[in-house]
Amino acid sequence: MLRMIGARLMTTVPSVIGVIIVTFLLTRVLPGDTAAYFAGPAATPQAIAEIRSKLGLDQPLPVQFVSYVTALVKGDLGQSLTTGQPVTADLAQRLPASAELTLVGLLLSMAIALPLGVLAAVRQGSWIDHLCRVVATAGVSLPVFFTGLLLVYVFYFILGWSPAPLGRLDVFFSEPPRVTGLLLIDSLIARDLETFRAAAAQLILPAVTLAIFSLAPITRMTRASMLAVLGADFVRTARASGLSSGKVIGTYAFRNAMLPVVTTLGMVFSFLLGANVLVEKVFAWPGIGSYAVEALIASDYAPIQGFVLTMAVMYVVLNLLIDILYGVIDPRVRLEG
Amino acid sequence: MTALPLLDISNLTVEFATRRGKVQAVKSIDIQVGKGETVAIVGESGSGKSVTSYAVVRILDRAGKVAEGSISFSGVDLVAADEAQMRDLRGREISMIFQNPRAALNPIRKVGRQIEDVLLQHVQATSATAKEKAIEALEKVRIARPEERYDAYPFELSGGMCQRVVIALALACQPQLLIADEPTTGLDVTTQKAVMDLIVELTRERGMSTILITHDLGLAAAYCDRVVVMEKGKVVETAEAAAIFHAPQHPYTRKLMQATPRLGMALADLLPEGTPKPPAQARAPATLAGAAPLMQVENLVKEYPRPAGGALLAKLRGKAEPEKPAFRAVDGISFSVARGETLGLVGESGCGKSTTSMMITRLLDPTSGRIVFDGQDIGAMPARTFAASPFRRRIQMVFQDPTDSLNPRFTAQRAILDPILRMGTVEGRAALRERCEELARLVGLPVELLDRFPHQLSGGQKARVGIARAIALEPDLVILDEPTAALDVSVQAVVLNLLDELKQRLGMSYIFVSHDLNVVRLLCDRVVVMRSGRIVEEGTAEEVLGAPKAEYTKELLTAIPHPPA
Repeated sequence: MLRMIGARLMTTVPSVIGVIIVTFLLTRVLPGDTAAYFAGPAATPQAIAEIRSKLGLDQPLPVQFVSYVTALVKGDLGQSLTTGQPVTADLAQRLPASAELTLVGLLLSMAIALPLGVLAAVRQGSWIDHLCRVVATAGVSLPVFFTGLLLVYVFYFILGWSPAPLGRLDVFFSEPPRVTGLLLIDSLIARDLETFRAAAAQLILPAVTLAIFSLAPITRMTRASMLAVLGADFVRTARASGLSSGKVIGTYAFRNAMLPVVTTLGMVFSFLLGANVLVEKVFAWPGIGSYAVEALIASDYAPIQGFVLTMAVMYVVLNLLIDILYGVIDPRVRLEG
Repeated sequence: MTALPLLDISNLTVEFATRRGKVQAVKSIDIQVGKGETVAIVGESGSGKSVTSYAVVRILDRAGKVAEGSISFSGVDLVAADEAQMRDLRGREISMIFQNPRAALNPIRKVGRQIEDVLLQHVQATSATAKEKAIEALEKVRIARPEERYDAYPFELSGGMCQRVVIALALACQPQLLIADEPTTGLDVTTQKAVMDLIVELTRERGMSTILITHDLGLAAAYCDRVVVMEKGKVVETAEAAAIFHAPQHPYTRKLMQATPRLGMALADLLPEGTPKPPAQARAPATLAGAAPLMQVENLVKEYPRPAGGALLAKLRGKAEPEKPAFRAVDGISFSVARGETLGLVGESGCGKSTTSMMITRLLDPTSGRIVFDGQDIGAMPARTFAASPFRRRIQMVFQDPTDSLNPRFTAQRAILDPILRMGTVEGRAALRERCEELARLVGLPVELLDRFPHQLSGGQKARVGIARAIALEPDLVILDEPTAALDVSVQAVVLNLLDELKQRLGMSYIFVSHDLNVVRLLCDRVVVMRSGRIVEEGTAEEVLGAPKAEYTKELLTAIPHPPA
């Protein structure tokens, strides 16, 4: 198993190197002069040139690349011009916010989608199957910002059940001591149930928005994969040996059907992590997606580099986790590692 | 038989709801199985034999239901029983063994755990004793080192071993009735014999009743007390096993019997009475003595590297593991095929016969050795570019599964013409159609079926399409890879006769790859017996199959189920 993980890590090295090169070139290719932007609108050409040499932008590309990589190894991703903070600090601040939102959204989604998909497959053609189809289609066809706004309108504006959609924590609460960066967990570690409740209240609407959107792929995949497995010979054997339907569906069918579902989960998670900009905007969520978009609009390249690099590394780690999970579920995969 | 049968199926009708309305898969059948009795249900595909058994255990598809009749099992009405009652019966009182044992086991659960599941379900063991009892069950089906096998996954076991596990699973709770649905289809003859002997021995020992569902009359007669013959959902004949071979009553039984290849019969005898038989030709090979053979294979070797786990990592660490010796699938074999001859390539799975046929067909590159075809070493031409060689036209192949070897989106005509279109030997729409019709007539495929897609054709018709495709370019050598393995016996009889007739008419040579020695005996002039990549015996069909010299050939021959004489 360890050997498989090692071998799998090895194969990720080329892709990480590729990502580093691309992110480096990206900022050199994108329009806009960083030095001019840095110097401000009133700067003289002389001042711009001075800043350019200070930033090392007058050096030949290979030299720039070496210094970029050297800084990268030290964990230095550069300074953000808009926030004035090191990019590393910004990302460390904002990544947990996005991760927490996406994770909770995905867990919610799974909690609904997996049982729904299994039930739809087991009772194929019944009302639950139709419900599954309707829910999935509706969820995926509504844009996330619309669902988000609708939820805000209903639950905050009309019913007043949820707090104002203004970030991760109400202003009256102070953040718990930072351990993981995930507010729900940090507040529990600090045994601060009030803060936990407040953080959860802020989180629930955006998480539901994401969950509604990601219901479709997970439900459909679970249903299709369950249907295929339920028709398999070994399920027939299990039935013919008199195993209870719970055992047949749970232990025999579901575990086998999980394989393609796990793949879908990984894809949905990494997609949501980078692409939930709209949800973050609607709920004023200080996440990594909105950070990157703001930086892009401001021609602030260091954060974009950092964002792309972080996302790439997360993809790699996520895929590794999925591969390991595959090995746990399916003994045949372990052999090939 | 006791007065009250253990299982009493009376007037059973099973219906399936399809898009075109209701279809009766089983029509008012009556079958009784007494205590300790072994009954065979024999029939070809679509006869309803499997549906009957599924109805007994009530594991029919959603679309299927018992429309009429009753099934009573030691006094319990199985049609009226509720699901909980059925669940208690399944596995504990009535067990099933299935075709394709590897697929019948959960691929990602240890086999021992699967046996435990059944034991625990039927309260035959507690969680403390389950493991012990599961190992005991494995021991009873004579699996070597049962403690180790307990932790094995199905993919780590051979087909025969998997079937033993399935049997262990079925017999774990000491049921009274065992239903074996084609338990040995797809297994080698020697494995088939071992598995069938095991089933019979274990069930006799415990006084169990058995229903054996099979398409193989020989198997049924050799192992069962009584035989029930089914055709198109109806029982056409029920008789004692011995009687059915000596005096088959129903015409369908007679047809089935006739189509089953047996010792001491000619190819034409397989066809039902009344069909015009081709004039009995001397089956001596029409080869000229001294003429150069069409194909000569010399010292052919195919090696596969052993999979090395984490080799890349080891190399990166700078301590490469010692190279494991490569696996030799084909280990230096030599034989020749004369013009107009049919050579049988015989052996069990894993003996290298398919690898050999792939190399001869030039779909796979040999590791070493020569394949001389008509004076040219075609083994030296890489398989990747062989399609462009003029030799491609002269060596063609008929594949094992007539369904899987046809493109589902091609009509029969398109499939037959495929090689012609690729080689460009015939131009023009009209000329192509004409050639296609000519080929269809040659293989006896009705011309009006040419525009149909594979799923609209029967198994026999698909086999004909595959044969027409192979002979479309008028090849000199056709490699037949178990061309009838997926066909019913009566269809097989027709296809085998067709193949023989085509060979005479078109002057081709065949290499016939098969594990069915009875078929090989009928069709082949000479036979090569392979085992673990090597040739163990070679000679004319009469010599090898009539008076085998090698131990292995004898073993193969005795493993064929022989009906009671």
